[in-house]
Amino acid sequence: MDASNKESALNVNASSIKISDVSQDGDMLTFAITSQNLSGSGGVCVFRTYEDFIWLQQSLFSQEDVPELQGVIFPPLPDKPLPSHSHTQAKVLKQLGFLSLGDKWQIYCKALELYLQQVAAHTLLSKNKELYNFLSSSESPGKQRSKKGIFNRLSQVMEEMRKEGHKDVDEFFQSERDKTTNLSVLFKVATEKFLEVVLTKQKLALACGHFSTSLHLCVNQENADAVAFSKICLKLSDIIETMKRNFEKVSDNDMSTLGLGLELESRYQEAKREMLFRRTCRLVELDNANKNVDRAKPNKKAHMEEVQKATQKEFNLISSVAKQEIVHYHRTRVQVLRDFLIDWCEKQLSTAQESSTLFSQYLEACKGLAV
Amino acid sequence: MSYCSSLHASLFPDKQLHVLQDEDTEENGDTFDMQITVSDPEKVGDGMNAYMAYKVTTKTSLNLFSRNEFSVKRRFSDFLGLHSKLASKYMHIGYIVPPAPEKSIVGMTKVKVGKEDLSSAEFVEKRRSALQRYLTRTVTHPALLKDPDVIQFLENTELPRAVSTQALSGAGILRMVNKAAEAVNKMTIKMNESDAWFEEKQQQFENLDIQLRKLHASVESLVCHRKELSVNTASFAKSAAMLGNSEDHTALSRALSQLAEVEEKIDQLHQEQAYADFYLFSELLGDYVRLIAAVKGVFDQRMKTWSKWQDAQLLLQRKREAETKLQYANKPDKLQQAKDEIKEWETKVQQGERDFEQISKNIRQEVGRFEKQRVKDFKVVIIKYLESLVHTQQQLIKYWEAFLPEAKAIA
Repeated sequence: MDASNKESALNVNASSIKISDVSQDGDMLTFAITSQNLSGSGGVCVFRTYEDFIWLQQSLFSQEDVPELQGVIFPPLPDKPLPSHSHTQAKVLKQLGFLSLGDKWQIYCKALELYLQQVAAHTLLSKNKELYNFLSSSESPGKQRSKKGIFNRLSQVMEEMRKEGHKDVDEFFQSERDKTTNLSVLFKVATEKFLEVVLTKQKLALACGHFSTSLHLCVNQENADAVAFSKICLKLSDIIETMKRNFEKVSDNDMSTLGLGLELESRYQEAKREMLFRRTCRLVELDNANKNVDRAKPNKKAHMEEVQKATQKEFNLISSVAKQEIVHYHRTRVQVLRDFLIDWCEKQLSTAQESSTLFSQYLEACKGLAV
Repeated sequence: MSYCSSLHASLFPDKQLHVLQDEDTEENGDTFDMQITVSDPEKVGDGMNAYMAYKVTTKTSLNLFSRNEFSVKRRFSDFLGLHSKLASKYMHIGYIVPPAPEKSIVGMTKVKVGKEDLSSAEFVEKRRSALQRYLTRTVTHPALLKDPDVIQFLENTELPRAVSTQALSGAGILRMVNKAAEAVNKMTIKMNESDAWFEEKQQQFENLDIQLRKLHASVESLVCHRKELSVNTASFAKSAAMLGNSEDHTALSRALSQLAEVEEKIDQLHQEQAYADFYLFSELLGDYVRLIAAVKGVFDQRMKTWSKWQDAQLLLQRKREAETKLQYANKPDKLQQAKDEIKEWETKVQQGERDFEQISKNIRQEVGRFEKQRVKDFKVVIIKYLESLVHTQQQLIKYWEAFLPEAKAIA
């Protein structure tokens, strides 16, 4: 990443951005963000709320004078973190998926951290000086703007679903659009199914807990045989407790690696789909501009041609940015998924080895139990 | 062989519930070894008259039996018939007769109607396992083992068809216990418990009953969630497979397909583990809940015996009073009759006292045996369960070790 003389180049080492802490006050979360500059000479820590993140995202979207931004796959910002109370739990789970799980918002913070790293590492987006303010200014960033820029144009245009099916002029893009439509659904479904698996493991952990507690209550010291039976019950209680901890560890591993990875990939696929849709909308505009030239009355023709030329130019610019983005995305996503899969596998392997040892120890102990 | 029973066989190869020699003094101190297997359920007949025939195989070195290994074919009502006979012979003298497995109209109808689905296969397997445990518990009882009805059940090719087997299924026992309890409540004289041991023990069994039911409910919940996990894992595996098929990047696509395969294998493990949860713990706890009902039954029999003894004493008293009155009347015939009746009731009172002492003695012995056996049973089950847990983790280790290079191969 070029960080030399460009006026608005970011002086921050993207991979150094960390969310080091999160504190909760009522329903409001505050994130502590630390980062180091490129030379490694200084670090800074700022505190931001989710509203500040939204402001950042909107700032990134709304640079009107940078048309190539429409070709950018914007790193997806996680949804608002709603603390879950018993009556909102299902809703939070539906909205945030894996990001709502885990101790103290760990997984959510990781997703947020990755978002910032991705934005800071992006050649175009990192030039936005609001990003620098966000990461280093001790003051809170500005209030949320009114919804302007392509963010707004996007929502207007989204209503016109028929544009989604508009045939492309470029084979590369048509193929990408088709693939993304298919793949983004599949990733979403896989993420949801995996979430179900993890939630069931948590239920099992609870059930083991109940079983273990009930066993613990079966103690009776009346006579020698009752004492022997009590010993057995307590032993079994310990075993079931170990089972419980195993389930908890396994589902923790699931959440923090593969779960997070699938969740992020789903959202990124969505972001890619949105970008392609934006481009498609511009394509529709271009096709209309072409038609207008053909249909134009002689006195308007020149003007229509100007519009057509400008639209064509912008469309080409967007397409070339989009192509680069897609190539870059394909490369990075494979790396990211690889890392998550390896991490998941290694963690589960380690947990299985621990549990195997523990259960074997119990087995030896039980065989030796005098009865 | 159905999926369930082949799974069962792989989990419990040849380690049936062995009958081991009791550590403490037994009437005959011989070492004895006996193994009973119930297997090969086979549907006989058609329609609503159809039934399942089970093969009952006995392997033993005891000289009670004429051979060392032999098999017979029995149907469910035969087992109920056996239990009925044993209960009527031994419960009133205080022996804890193991209850027979529950009848199930729904389960059997499915089988009769010929539903060849997983749930009727599971039902047959559940019943087969329950019948095996029932017989094993029955022959573990030293007195029941020698009973001619038991020996006949195990050895004879033909068995007279048992009728009216309604009375003494597990539910039947409970009904009998409740009737006895009602009878006890109707007693105008409350039992003077001279022996604190019985009062304490009854209370303990009440507590144990509650505890066991709670444990049973916990395990059922565990089994239920485990089955849910299996279903969800299979569903996830499918979606991962679809991802693998659609994914462009070759190595990633391969890894995702491998992921799907791993999850399918893990689903298998979940099913096996659910099986273990159920057949080891759930059924054990269920068996013990029913056994406690049988234990309560013998305690109530003791009360009935005491009540009979008390009634006899009361009647003797009245006969004596009547005789005294008759001595001043002038009816020599009636006087003689009265004296005869007194003799008769004196005998009955003595018998009543002897019966009461005998049943009390038997119950003490039975409870001791029950408590020892309980420890053994639980220990055996826990060890088997731990073996299944270890097996699961070791399989997981294999799967993860195989998957890791696939994940790392994604370039």
